[in-house]
Amino acid sequence: MSREIESHRFLDFAYQLYKTMKTNEINLVYEGEVTQDITKTFTSLTERNMAKSEESNQVQRKVFNVMVECLQNISKHADTLSDDDEEERRGIVMVSRGDESYKIITGNVIRNTKVPSLKESLEHINSLDKAGLSSLYKQQIVESTISEKGGAGLGLIDIAKKTGSKLSYQFKELNEEVSFFILTSTINRNR
Amino acid sequence: MDVINIQGTDDTPNVILDKASGQFEISGRSLPEDVNMFYEPILDWIDQYAEDANDHTEFNFKLEYFNTASSKVILDILLKFEEIVENGKEVVIKWHYHEDEEDMLEAGEEYSDIVDIPFDYVLYTD
Repeated sequence: MSREIESHRFLDFAYQLYKTMKTNEINLVYEGEVTQDITKTFTSLTERNMAKSEESNQVQRKVFNVMVECLQNISKHADTLSDDDEEERRGIVMVSRGDESYKIITGNVIRNTKVPSLKESLEHINSLDKAGLSSLYKQQIVESTISEKGGAGLGLIDIAKKTGSKLSYQFKELNEEVSFFILTSTINRNR
Repeated sequence: MDVINIQGTDDTPNVILDKASGQFEISGRSLPEDVNMFYEPILDWIDQYAEDANDHTEFNFKLEYFNTASSKVILDILLKFEEIVENGKEVVIKWHYHEDEEDMLEAGEEYSDIVDIPFDYVLYTD
């Protein structure tokens, strides 16, 4: 009997999730390891969906670009909850399409020690206009050498430049060691 | 000199580097997992080319998309050609951009602000 209730609950949860996704126009939800293959799969899936929906080319390209940077940020920088699986970079990824805009929402675990500097970069990026972002980008690209992980630093500036929107973000402290970092990138559909 | 001719994939670009025929081109998409690994032979080739460059080099960038990790390597490539210019050879960067991709034009303009090489912007449609 209890097993039946359990399975009923699960079905109910699945249905609620489906309904929530529909109401919020979420086309993609993923939680798990983010690898290059996952990145390629999601970007091509989203590309196909946009092509079907006859989204303008400019918007399609921007969504593709921003998704790649968001996903590669996770695959290069996400931290883990435990120390045993250092190499596994996990996160959540959501893509929603509203009347006005696409939203790409990513979330991943980050060490508390890294939070202040990330926050500072985000605030700095959000304080700049288009020209300011362009000069910061140029400065960073010249000064930075490719880190061992390949990249970093430029990703967030690039997202801000390409979307033309402020980066929206939140940090939720999970425990003394780590926080959960959520980043929402918005691409306007009517430009 | 050896010819580099790499067929593109959905995350790596087509690359043609051919000193004899004067073909220099990177096109397609560049978002490889390991940027350094992909571009190392290309950077090595250009180093070798710089030692005895053609009097005139026309380098075509016809990228549909590149990620930020690739953007640093592209700068490295351009800086190598800037040295060739400093050594008295002529280099022109042909920067192709799709009509729907203003960001790609801007990216070219940003590079041309950084390196001292003439850029030609070439618009293309589908």
